[in-house]
Amino acid sequence: MLRFIFRRLLETIPVLLIIASATFFMLRLVPGGPFTAEKAVSKEILRNLQAHYGMDKPLPAQYADYLWDITPKRFAPWRLFTDLDRNESPDFDLKAAFGINLGPSFKYPNRTVNEIIADKLPHSLELGLWALAVALALGVPLGVLAAMRKNTSVDYAASTLAMVGICVPTFVMGPLLVLFFALHLRWFNASGWYFASDRVLPAATLGLVYAAYVARLTRGGMLEVLNQDYIRTARAKGATETRIVLRHALRGGLLPVVTFLGPAIAGIISGSFVIETIFQIPGLGREFVTSAFNRDYTLVSGTGLLYAGLIVALNRAVDVVQVWLSPRLKFE
Amino acid sequence: MSAPLQPRPILFPFLALTLAALLVSGCAKTGSTPAPNASSAKKILHVGNGAEPQDLDPQVTTGVTEHHLLMALFEGLVAEHPSGEGIAPGVAESWETSSDQLTWTFHLRANAKWSNGDPVTAHDFIRSYQRILTPVFAAEYSYQLYVVEGAEDFNKGALTDFAKTGFAALDDHTLVLRLVQPVPYLLYALRHTSWFPVHLPTIEKFGPTDRKGSAWTRAGNLVGNGPFILTKWLPNQAITVDRSPTYWNAAAVKLDTIVFHPVEDNNTEERMFRSGQLDVTETIPTDKIDTYRREHPELLRLDPFYGTYYYNLNLTRPPLDDVRVRRALALALDREAIVKTILRAGQEPAYHFTPPYAGYTPSDKLTGGLAEARRLLAEAGYPEGKGLRRLEILYNTSEAHKAVAEAVQQMWRTGLGVEVALRNEEWKVYLDSKDNLAYDICRAGWIGDFPDPHGFLEVFISGGGNNDTGYANPDYDRLLKSALGVPDQTARMNIYRRLDSLLTRDVPEIPLYFYKRVHLINPRVQNWVPNIIDNRGWQYIDIAPVPASEGD
Repeated sequence: MLRFIFRRLLETIPVLLIIASATFFMLRLVPGGPFTAEKAVSKEILRNLQAHYGMDKPLPAQYADYLWDITPKRFAPWRLFTDLDRNESPDFDLKAAFGINLGPSFKYPNRTVNEIIADKLPHSLELGLWALAVALALGVPLGVLAAMRKNTSVDYAASTLAMVGICVPTFVMGPLLVLFFALHLRWFNASGWYFASDRVLPAATLGLVYAAYVARLTRGGMLEVLNQDYIRTARAKGATETRIVLRHALRGGLLPVVTFLGPAIAGIISGSFVIETIFQIPGLGREFVTSAFNRDYTLVSGTGLLYAGLIVALNRAVDVVQVWLSPRLKFE
Repeated sequence: MSAPLQPRPILFPFLALTLAALLVSGCAKTGSTPAPNASSAKKILHVGNGAEPQDLDPQVTTGVTEHHLLMALFEGLVAEHPSGEGIAPGVAESWETSSDQLTWTFHLRANAKWSNGDPVTAHDFIRSYQRILTPVFAAEYSYQLYVVEGAEDFNKGALTDFAKTGFAALDDHTLVLRLVQPVPYLLYALRHTSWFPVHLPTIEKFGPTDRKGSAWTRAGNLVGNGPFILTKWLPNQAITVDRSPTYWNAAAVKLDTIVFHPVEDNNTEERMFRSGQLDVTETIPTDKIDTYRREHPELLRLDPFYGTYYYNLNLTRPPLDDVRVRRALALALDREAIVKTILRAGQEPAYHFTPPYAGYTPSDKLTGGLAEARRLLAEAGYPEGKGLRRLEILYNTSEAHKAVAEAVQQMWRTGLGVEVALRNEEWKVYLDSKDNLAYDICRAGWIGDFPDPHGFLEVFISGGGNNDTGYANPDYDRLLKSALGVPDQTARMNIYRRLDSLLTRDVPEIPLYFYKRVHLINPRVQNWVPNIIDNRGWQYIDIAPVPASEGD
């Protein structure tokens, strides 16, 4: 198992290298740069600006510098949570732990990309994890129920609900929930990320969409498993339906969900731009998108690499979990 | 028999997830912000501020968002007047100018202090000016100081001894500016943040003073001389400023705390206003203006704003090199209809370029309607638009700009028989296209940095960085240059009228409307006066306490 994991990890290095390089060159080919502004700056000022960020060097030199900066130079993960700005909460210090320097941000001159990520990633992760919890807590029971009561009104209701959840976009669902729960009932704030109660509406909005997918996938997976011979054996032996479902069927039935979860988690964390905008959450999802509009070269590369790393890691994790759930898959 | 299957640990991953979420939420820094309507006696104002500020260093920033914040944290030689128009003394309590208007002497007040207790001296100003003009510092707004002798040379590296420029401190409380030519609007220009002083000893603690981006602007480090001090800065969440005990006019400051919320989405901002989280918004979604006008007009604020929305015409591309074609396009638009049905905030339709505020009124406007437009087009050789190639309107991606462009497209089609295509580009791509004249007709806007027509008419000098039309008129350039040497205010305004008339005659651009600032404001907010360049005098603004009858 360990060798399997290790081999998969090794395969990720060329992937990340290609992504880093592609991002670097595509950014510089796009029209407009970090200093393109509505009120024109003089040539001299532009030259000095470029010099400050090392952009006056020839492109291959910049590329080499960039690759060196993002290469991990040490292995000290215990230093990942040194306190960057002395405010008593742990920060995600990539530079101290791994020697990865993502550079200063172009748009926010007094912050480095490392700092921006350290500040914002935890918020996106928190949102994503709560949304995932909602998605699983709602989706799995709904799917199981639909599968157990196949072709009854319960099944149809659950499937319709799932369809609605998949079709209604988050930028419709979000404001609707805000309108009802925050503005009408006054149970929550309309947006913000200050109090524990501020987590409810964003997690619900994001979670509901994924709950719908999870429900459908669970239902499908369960139905397939429930037709297997060993389930029939269990039934013949007199096991209760609940025991059959929970102990025997669920493990196999959740396989499609697990496969889906890998990219879904990556999507929840990186694709929460809409939710973060609607609910004013200081997360990385929004930064990911706006940094491209700002042509903030370093921030785009940094967040791009981060998400690439996350997606790759999650896909590998999915591989491992799948093998754990069903050892037959190791040989596929 | 094989060993029985272990109990399905389905619950485990789920619990692990919840645990992980809780752990991460512990790692994530969130602050508690004083909630609006909190029942303490403190006066807290919650303001929607549009976007996360780039930085809080007045010599680095360029945007309006940052400007609002900096006006709370710093103060320049002069300050906003409580009425919203004119000048009030700031760090300088009095000033005078020489008879040739070239030398300005400012007398700084003795009790002006930085937030760490240090006195504000003329030397602070000199060192600040040197910093913003230092070439390697690469400040984008350093050109605002070019009115002073030697400033441009120093900034471009031609002059290396700052003592040879026109900035001088005669003693701790006397500052002298020697100008290149008379600048009648100097006092207004001094309100811009590029002229604000910074506390060099603090900056020195965090790195070389001629490099941008050190940690000196963080909460707890930043030292300013304004009515408020920076208490907390949670990126993308809130910036909290509290009243400064060392500000020379602290007794007159009404608010205890201002919380700036960087809300980018205007729909989110409007919902926050409705739920009571914000007292003032930065803007309003266009489609909600009518609703507010009908149902809650007391919450709506529409103030004139010193800016023009116009369409640039590319004079280097035929047939736009023919003034008759340009004029026809300009006359064939029903600006009233656009303002009324698309923009809806009561903007003023524009028939000339320079906004009629700040003591300026035009002498000439675009006159003549559709009939005249048709006649001009026919005279140019395109009767009823026949033979005219398909033109293209470029605008930066935005629903608002699209709506206006579509209206213009329709008006030209039905009125003149001229077909245009619409092209939208992302902001920076659009800026690039505009700079390189890679367009036929392109949407543009110009907001004045200070309330004087000079800044507007300067846009169209030959080869000007913001011209972007290919308009090059040596008469225009000469006339503009002569405006500053004229001592009499009326005569100077007359020159601007002539320049504006030239633009109206030559039509390098089609003016559409003059901007309006739109806000939603809680009726409890007081002294929020209209200010045409949207400078906020935070020291005057007040908020009435929540009435006792309203519970929480």
